[in-house]
Amino acid sequence: MSADTGKTLRTRLGRVRGLGSAKEGVNHWWGQRLTAIAMVPLFVWFAFSLVALAGAPHATVVAWIRSPVSAVLLIALLAAVFYHLALGVQVVIEDYVHTEWRKLALIIIVKLASALAALVGVLSVLRIAFGA
Amino acid sequence: MARPDRPLSPHLQVYRLPLTAILSIAHRITGVGLAFGALILVAWLAAAAAGGSAFATMSGLMGSWVGRIVLFGFTWALFYHLANGIRHLFWDAGFGYEKADARMSGIAVVLISVVVAVVVFGLGCAKVGG
Ligand code: HEM
Repeated sequence: MSADTGKTLRTRLGRVRGLGSAKEGVNHWWGQRLTAIAMVPLFVWFAFSLVALAGAPHATVVAWIRSPVSAVLLIALLAAVFYHLALGVQVVIEDYVHTEWRKLALIIIVKLASALAALVGVLSVLRIAFGA
Repeated sequence: MARPDRPLSPHLQVYRLPLTAILSIAHRITGVGLAFGALILVAWLAAAAAGGSAFATMSGLMGSWVGRIVLFGFTWALFYHLANGIRHLFWDAGFGYEKADARMSGIAVVLISVVVAVVVFGLGCAKVGG
């Protein structure tokens, strides 16, 4: 631990106790970075695809979703986006909501809602991929 | 109470935020905004899976002028957050912390996000027509 000189964001008590805010923090941090890195090529692909599909009729869009490459990449995109967003919104809630039960309730709602939304998206892709 | 010998936060009401600070809060705002935008992606996929008439309704909503304004907003927000996210990743790797560098990369992110959003959205609209 650094000497008690210079400025630090930690209080003396905090340093004595040796507790930081990061407990499971490293996993959270990695999850956010990993999904960010994954999304860069995925969104470049998605943007090109959407421009190509703009104004296309239902049949064309469905055929595109059904193709194996699109189906896999769409599911990867959904997984990355919703995992990334659940982690990200959690941090925002932790920063601004200071009543313990409210913070917990909001985080639970965000995590469950993102899981549900991701499932709806994935199921839609699979229905098209395997459907008639 | 003695003034602690720790860094002080800028007093937001009297402190003119530098560009880098504005871009930082913009990353957060676009991130939370895009969380709602992700629901549009899900709705679009669900509509495509539900069938032709649901898809036509969704396309109609997205193609209306209100829909286009909203979608352009999300398009810009996505490219801003994506470009600034890459900036974040460079910081995480230890690069670009000098004040001048952070300012330059910030300006680059704003310009790139606007140009890419306008080009992508413009190309899309040109294909849809109307
Ligand atoms: C629809 C897509 C996306 C959504 C909904 C989203 C949402 C979020 C949210 C809510 C945060 C937390 C913001 C904060 O703590 O202030 C965040 C942070 C972050 N996002 Fe995204 N994001 C998306 C796409 C991307 C992409 C494509 C990248 C690519 C590099 C990216 C990179 C990052 C990074 C690096 C952070 C951490 C920033 C920090 O440490 O403060 N995000 N995102």
